[in-house]
Amino acid sequence: MTMPRTLAFCYLSLLWQRETITLSDLLRFVEEGHIPYINAFQHFPEEMKLYGRDKGIFAIESWPTYEDIYKKVIEIAKFLDLPRFPDITEDSYLHPNILCMKYLMEVNLPDEMNDLTCQVVKMTGIGEVDFLTFDPIAKMAKTVKYDVQAVAVIVVVLKLLFLLDDNLEWTLSNIAEKYNEKNKEDKPWFDFRKWYQVMKKSIDEKKQKWEEARAKYLWKSEKPLYHSSIDRAVVYKRREMVVSLQKQFSALVDSAPTVEKKSPSSFQFNWTEGDSARTCFHGHGLQGILKKKGQSLTTKNSLYWLSTQKFCRSYCKHVTTYEESNFSLSYQFIINLFSFLLRIKTSSLHEEVSLIEKILFKRKYGKTKKKSRSRKGRKY
Amino acid sequence: MSDFSEELIRSKTEDDKEESCVFSGTGMSFPWLQKHIGTVETGGKKEKDFAQTTSACLGFIQEALLKHQWQQAADYMHSYFQILEDSDSHKRQAAPEIIWKLGSEILFYHPKSSVETFNTFADRMKNIGVMNYLKISLQHALYLLHHGMLEDANRNLSFHCTYIPHLLYPFIYEDDYAYNTASQNMFDHSWKTSVNLRALIQTPGVWDPFVKSYVEMLEFYGDQDGAREVLTNYAYDEKFPSNPNAHIYLYNFLKREKAPREKLISVLKILYQIVPSHKLMLEFHRLLRKSEKEDHHKLGLEVLFGVLDFAGCTKNITAWKYLAKYLRQTLMGNHLAWVQEEWKTRKNWWPSFHFSSFWAKSDWKEDKALACEKALVAGILLGKGCRYFRFISKQDDQVLRKKIKQIKKSVKKHSVVNPGL
Repeated sequence: MTMPRTLAFCYLSLLWQRETITLSDLLRFVEEGHIPYINAFQHFPEEMKLYGRDKGIFAIESWPTYEDIYKKVIEIAKFLDLPRFPDITEDSYLHPNILCMKYLMEVNLPDEMNDLTCQVVKMTGIGEVDFLTFDPIAKMAKTVKYDVQAVAVIVVVLKLLFLLDDNLEWTLSNIAEKYNEKNKEDKPWFDFRKWYQVMKKSIDEKKQKWEEARAKYLWKSEKPLYHSSIDRAVVYKRREMVVSLQKQFSALVDSAPTVEKKSPSSFQFNWTEGDSARTCFHGHGLQGILKKKGQSLTTKNSLYWLSTQKFCRSYCKHVTTYEESNFSLSYQFIINLFSFLLRIKTSSLHEEVSLIEKILFKRKYGKTKKKSRSRKGRKY
Repeated sequence: MSDFSEELIRSKTEDDKEESCVFSGTGMSFPWLQKHIGTVETGGKKEKDFAQTTSACLGFIQEALLKHQWQQAADYMHSYFQILEDSDSHKRQAAPEIIWKLGSEILFYHPKSSVETFNTFADRMKNIGVMNYLKISLQHALYLLHHGMLEDANRNLSFHCTYIPHLLYPFIYEDDYAYNTASQNMFDHSWKTSVNLRALIQTPGVWDPFVKSYVEMLEFYGDQDGAREVLTNYAYDEKFPSNPNAHIYLYNFLKREKAPREKLISVLKILYQIVPSHKLMLEFHRLLRKSEKEDHHKLGLEVLFGVLDFAGCTKNITAWKYLAKYLRQTLMGNHLAWVQEEWKTRKNWWPSFHFSSFWAKSDWKEDKALACEKALVAGILLGKGCRYFRFISKQDDQVLRKKIKQIKKSVKKHSVVNPGL
């Protein structure tokens, strides 16, 4: 049993309980220090002496990654021979409808997009109980990456609405801007460009702070770990040296008011109406990008491009790759934004988006066997 | 971006084919390969976040230093110290030097820092390893000098005077420029500091950049005697370690002063003993040749042979020209004995070293003039039957035909080897 495995085990129990916490949240709490992980042994009682092989287990030098813990979750569940987990229904937090809503709020997108995300979820069937519930003994035992999937759905919806080809989204923005200027009293139309500006600024700030925090992170603890009694003296001396040097330099640093350690929160961003500095887009309307078609509305944009043209079927563990330069800047921005939010690799998110599209379009194609050139419309 | 319904049809048919992930236009992309290439440096293991932290931290420190943000630099430095506890021993061993360089820089400029702080820091850093001890001591001394605290600096250095010579050699040459500019700055500031430096130079050791700058300054102020004294002291004082550069500086200075030939010869004689392959040796030979004393002429021959003993000078055409000319001169002056004496120790290995048939072909191809000079020497020393001479004399070259003829004549006349024996 190692620290990563312990963490995976904790996640399994949270999943069993259907707690309102996703794997990315859990890992973020670890990184922020709310969950002891890096120097967990500091909290052990005095009597527990750690040395020798304990060092390999407890002297962690890396933060847990999503992919790694995810793999371990499946391994452990299989190993423990766990039965099918309690159902994840539409009421659970982990259901894509709910998670989509959560993430839409977090990235400051209009609430109206929720309808679209629900539609996509329905069409792809990823909201089904059987699909979502974790069953270790099933042939293809996989637990859904709830958070990544929800975010992928949002990306797909954005692509449906704005195409994200570095062109249409800006044209639509111009239209929205014109309308908003003329009709200042009405509910504003959602302006992609404005949203982009606000989000880019916020995310860049957050990222910068995150990088700085990472660079300053102190990995070693007060009580150093050592292999054997011979090492002990050396290790302790080094620690002493480091502490004395740190003391000297901390005197030079201005005793700036230390930022209060924030209590753990599921949300990394908070947007409120009426804040002039940071526009909140929750209430904005999608009228500018939807148009009437008979009884229902459909998107003005009728085009779409697939994130992956061909899926890989060889032995590599990935089904697709993500080469940034192949994609539009808007798409890259969206992917980077969400990957940072979940602290996952951009390629993982891209893969998930591709998989959703695979299901979405295959199904659509499966229904209409005849080559009817029906355009996909979001029907309300 | 075609109408997506076409895409649908296309993607269905293409999905059936088994193809690896390829993106059009830019060719194949293998992200997993990139990751593996990145791990080669770390011996196959993925870089740990600890290592990422320290390298990111280092980046931030360097950025802060460039922007003169001392506060921020100190803040990051605080976190950087943990690299001393890195489980990677390479990084751990390289750490003290980096920390010293960055830390001393910060402490030098930070408004809140004082000489006290610097001293404490230096003392702490010195306790990490012997090599660092001396390097740091020297830089510490420099810092103190800059602040006019000569006594402390002196005390610092004289305590270590016995260790300094051997260990400082590589160190000084490496930081030459830094010290040059540092010492330059010091001189610009005050005469007093230079007097302090004079005291420093009198301590036995290797102070090349200091001496150079100091002498330059003295010359600038017109104090030739002072300069000469410093240089002579530096070169000849027995307490100082044997240092070829000292003699070179002295020689160059005397040359500038247009000192008498005798003096120059005596300086270079010592250099000859230390570094017989130095490029100044050819100048030395010229001086000896022009002299009137016979021992000097003999020494001149010795010096030439000495230079050509070294692999680095085998293609030096000047050296060979001189030798060829000088051999003729010597033999015409009836000093066969000298030549024989020099040749005695060399006849076993010079032929294959300089005059093999391989060299004959290679030299002729590369530089015909060089080959001719060497042929002359070979002919004189080894006789006209030697491979080198024969090869060159057989060569038919329009330009050098006359020269080759001359060579043949000289060899006939002057050859040391008796064809009869």
